Amino acid sequence: MIAPVDVPGKGLAKGLAVTWQHLTRRSVTQQYPDVLPELPPRSRGVIALFEENCTVCMLCARECPDWCIYIDSHKEVIPAKEPGARDRTRNVLDRFAIDFSLCMYCGICIEVCPFDALFWSPEFEYSEFDIRDLTHEKDRLREWMWTVPPPPAPDPAGDESKEAALARAAVEKAAVASGERPVRGDRGEDGGKGEARSGG
Amino acid sequence: MSWPEIILRLALVLGAFLLLPLIVGQLEHKAMAHMQSRLGPMYAGGFHGWAQLIADGVKFAQKEAVTPKAADRLVFALAPGVALVPYLVVLIVIPIGPGDAVGQALDVGIFFVLAVTGVGVLGTLMAGWASANKFSLLGGLRTAAQLMAYELPMVLAAASVAMAAGTLSLTGIVEEWRPWWLIWQFAAGFVFFIGGLAELQRPPFDMPVADSEIIFGPYTEYTGLRFALFLLAEYAGIVVLSALTAVLFLGGWKGPFDDQLGWLWTLTKTMALSFVVIWLRVSYPRLREDQLQKFAWAGLIPVALLQLALTGVVKVL
Repeated sequence: MIAPVDVPGKGLAKGLAVTWQHLTRRSVTQQYPDVLPELPPRSRGVIALFEENCTVCMLCARECPDWCIYIDSHKEVIPAKEPGARDRTRNVLDRFAIDFSLCMYCGICIEVCPFDALFWSPEFEYSEFDIRDLTHEKDRLREWMWTVPPPPAPDPAGDESKEAALARAAVEKAAVASGERPVRGDRGEDGGKGEARSGG
Repeated sequence: MSWPEIILRLALVLGAFLLLPLIVGQLEHKAMAHMQSRLGPMYAGGFHGWAQLIADGVKFAQKEAVTPKAADRLVFALAPGVALVPYLVVLIVIPIGPGDAVGQALDVGIFFVLAVTGVGVLGTLMAGWASANKFSLLGGLRTAAQLMAYELPMVLAAASVAMAAGTLSLTGIVEEWRPWWLIWQFAAGFVFFIGGLAELQRPPFDMPVADSEIIFGPYTEYTGLRFALFLLAEYAGIVVLSALTAVLFLGGWKGPFDDQLGWLWTLTKTMALSFVVIWLRVSYPRLREDQLQKFAWAGLIPVALLQLALTGVVKVL
């Protein structure tokens, strides 16, 4: 067997080759303010609020590890629709603010929200010169809602969601009431009941 | 030579002296950046940061020139000039084309060039001594040791090529030069280039300014325009070293169509060697002080002596 020959200066040549290869390849620098980065569509840039869905249940504010969500609300009385019935009350959101100087982007508030009122938005350009300006109120949080990508399409092989089934049933009922033939959905008549398939 | 011609020649040399180091500096910015997968300057001047060094110059000019209290003020102030001016003087005698395409042809060109470039290092020594700073002094002493160690192989290598050409004139050496000298004088060219690199204190031979140990060596106390002059001296030194190596060992203006495009060949060879200087800087880590000394005394000097012997033998045959 021939032992591998150690050519003198091999290491030096290798060093030159490495730098030369890097010279010929494209550099990895991101020219950020000039060229926007190509982020994955579901990047977690900022937390957006879908105000219409919020019921002021306060779960997000209570679960937040660093207490950076501020919520104010009041109750509003909805008068009874029929005589003799009880008046109803409803929570109205007055203030919803997130202090992004405290937020650590853990996303627990989004996970915990039972009404799908909080979403991750890929928007990330909201730096400020003053740390106090990083507390963003609900109007700003609502604006970011427009940058949230639409939810992924449901799996065609999966069960129909409860909400979709309800909506379809309502549409069919309305169609029957107006005397037309029932509209057939993609999934047939037994698609939404959950009996046809055992849910995973 | 008439007066207008002398003035024109000196103006051209001065223009080259002001322009070429900036081009090399910009090349270093960009080449080094891309070798590290970066982009380097991109904003100054608009197109790929071409005006970065001009912006740097303006910045340096605005900075305060601080002189340490205990400094030897006169020597401290003179040092940047002593470091810079020799390279300007050397540029005058480097031929860029055949005939009299040279600032001032000298019969003892090679002798003059080696003597004057040695003076440039004195500026660093003066800076190291006059700064009244331990780090500067250490850097200055390292510079002195490096000057002694690397001047010798450089002179031996230059002597070899002068022997081969049978003349001390730079123009004469290029005229005598033949392509097969690339092989014959290869060792001499290598020793000359590496020795010159060490004398300029360019990485990997930048022990005198080793920033992780002695801050910035002799230049530690320098600010503003004086510091900029030292930087300019470094880049002017690269240009001079590359031009000298090109003229002595790579045939200067020799190349296809050299009766018209000779100057272009000299410039191309100079810039290619400048690129190699930058390339070496990016690729290699700094040598330790003892490695640096050993490399000169046990590596370059024996090679230079052998080359001298080889040149002599071939010449006699």
